[in-house]
Amino acid sequence: MTLEAPAPGPAADPVTRTEVDPEPVSDLSPMADLDGSSVKGREKITRVVSSNVTVANRLVEIWRSRQLLRNLIRTEIKVKYKNSFLGMIWSLLSPAMAIAVYVVVFGLILKNGIPDFVILLFSGLLAWNLFLSGVQTATGVIVNNAGLVKKVSFPREILALAAVGSAGVFFFFQGCVMVILLVALHSAPDWGALWLLPVAIVPLVAFTTALAVFLAAVNVYLRDTQHLVEVVVGAAWFWACPIVYSFQLQAAGRLASRGLTWLYLLNPLTPIVMTFQRVLYARQFAYSTLAPHALTQYLPSWGYGTYVELDMAVLGASLVLFYFAMVVFGRLAGNFAEEL
Amino acid sequence: MGNVALDIQDISKRFRLYHEKYTSLKEKVIHAGRTPYDDLWALRNVSFEVKEGETVGVLGRNGSGKSTMLKCMCGVLQPTSGQVVVRGKLAGLLELGAGFQPDLSGRENIYLNGSLLGMSKSEVAKVFDDIVAFAELEHFIDNQVKFYSSGMYVRLGFGIAVNVDPDVLVIDEVLAVGDERFQRKCIERVQVFQREGRTIIFVTHSPDQVRAICDQAVVLSDGRVVGYGTPGEAVRIFRENLLEAGDVLSPGLRDEPPEAEQPIPVVGGAIGADSPPEDTRPVRLTEVTAIYAGSGDHPYMVTGDRLTLRLGFDAIAPVHGADFVIEVRDAAGNLLLRTDSGDLDLHLDLEPGPGAVDFSFDSFPFLDGVYDVAAGIESRSGGALIDWLDPAARLEVMNPGRATGTISLPVRVELVRGEGHR
Repeated sequence: MTLEAPAPGPAADPVTRTEVDPEPVSDLSPMADLDGSSVKGREKITRVVSSNVTVANRLVEIWRSRQLLRNLIRTEIKVKYKNSFLGMIWSLLSPAMAIAVYVVVFGLILKNGIPDFVILLFSGLLAWNLFLSGVQTATGVIVNNAGLVKKVSFPREILALAAVGSAGVFFFFQGCVMVILLVALHSAPDWGALWLLPVAIVPLVAFTTALAVFLAAVNVYLRDTQHLVEVVVGAAWFWACPIVYSFQLQAAGRLASRGLTWLYLLNPLTPIVMTFQRVLYARQFAYSTLAPHALTQYLPSWGYGTYVELDMAVLGASLVLFYFAMVVFGRLAGNFAEEL
Repeated sequence: MGNVALDIQDISKRFRLYHEKYTSLKEKVIHAGRTPYDDLWALRNVSFEVKEGETVGVLGRNGSGKSTMLKCMCGVLQPTSGQVVVRGKLAGLLELGAGFQPDLSGRENIYLNGSLLGMSKSEVAKVFDDIVAFAELEHFIDNQVKFYSSGMYVRLGFGIAVNVDPDVLVIDEVLAVGDERFQRKCIERVQVFQREGRTIIFVTHSPDQVRAICDQAVVLSDGRVVGYGTPGEAVRIFRENLLEAGDVLSPGLRDEPPEAEQPIPVVGGAIGADSPPEDTRPVRLTEVTAIYAGSGDHPYMVTGDRLTLRLGFDAIAPVHGADFVIEVRDAAGNLLLRTDSGDLDLHLDLEPGPGAVDFSFDSFPFLDGVYDVAAGIESRSGGALIDWLDPAARLEVMNPGRATGTISLPVRVELVRGEGHR
């Protein structure tokens, strides 16, 4: 008598309900009682498998599987460096190498004259690396876990989320290195603007997740996606963000003269990277290393409000994108098991 | 009573079989909009309900849609139309050890796999020892899974699955793995689940298992439900379905290739094997027919029915003291029964011309299966084999009851109390 009574009114959508079995616990078999685990009378969740499940319901499913998400992230990290001698250190060595190269090329060879350039660079890279590794891992994640997708039922979005999650863990490690670097170089962040950091991290994660979910699904049908991501995200997109150069010093003037600042800021990662730099690098004005008496502006003279506005705009756009990505994912996910 | 645990509502599943699969961008662009494909309906309007606490077997030939249906139940595949409503936690065992991470230890994999099957960390911790004990991996639990033997792998997978504490357990042919002892253990576990009132759906190829475990069984053929009912009925439908498809050879195999018959008569040790056989044999077996209730209508008989095996012969010359022999063997070739007229002190004198000898059983005792009948004629004097037909006929036997094994014997069971049993 439980199933055939969908509550009248707006709750008519019967997809996810929780109900308690009304049946009195009366089990005839003594074994069940010995075990103490009679399944009658406990709370049961009703689930529907069909080709049209709403985004809201899938989000609920994902929330129910959060434990799995944690385990998958842990697995991803453990497995990645399982049989290597240096293990986790590798996750720091490759960004360290990138930083070393950029410092040598831009700081020493091209002489950009930015004081403590390594901190400006690392602030931006911190945000960028989360985005890059999240999106890159997520793109291949469904295809790489074909065995799982074909045989086990769980919300497939979890795999993409786990990719972002493991990128988040490495982000955390790199953040620790950032702290060490700041201490080592006696470079103080803008303590008063520290609250801006989460304001930037939330849209960063949202944007990364949205793109990750979308690309993970699309890559199943169009395997080119993986290579496309490598080229577009790994190579082109990186240079569109003010990471290895200073926005204020090297881009702002030229953009403004052509009226293209808006276009540059349309890149969702730009405001985020710049917020990171604002908080961690924190030097709006500093003396250039090339001309010790020339006070140069390295960060835009925006108020905190401008950063918040830009980041929130990114967050808004990301949420819309995320919804769109979930819709696409939902439509494609039904056939993952056949496509792989 | 009778809550529906699993409601399969008119599900259909279409697979697109592309003649060539274009997955790269270039190919997609080149072949845009005209990728040739065939539609394959793996499931067509499948509907049935499984009540809470029921155990339902799924029977069907290869390619009948069993696995697709199970995948739809689990949510691995989405049905093209229709829906499956699952009430309660469902654990699907489509493949044992799916989702094992070879680089992680057994311990870590238990936690990972547990959460894949929807368990929380504390839930896994609670049953962790049971899983290890069930899988008999106490000494290897901290080794990486990639070093496990395939048996250990499967045991671990099953150990996790049966400890998931699901309301609905869906099992796809995985009971067939492992050694016999482990299989028995798995079946026992499934039976414990039944007593606990859980709902179980499982695919099997063994009618014996269906009979032994299931309350209901579904028979699928070409993506449609062709039978749903009690195990006995479902097994019968399944058998008929197999016979229709010609997967099992039809009974009364008189049209065996003739070569098979010719060399056999020599077996008797008769001298002069190089002379043409027809000349040396005064009598030949022509045909063995099985006669049972309804033998004209359907190609199987029911355990416990009356059976007559009619051995047709053709005598060329008068024969004195001929003994007729029959043998019944199971599918594996084990001899189950051998009887000859000589045992009954019945030595027959045959006149020239055709005739027949009947072997009648009031109640044929064998259970489900296919049985081969061989027949022969021996000469009483010297015991030489005159003719031998093997196989002479094939019997398809269907058991309407629940007993499993080979033979059905009437049995009485009573409880003996008190001093009586000492």
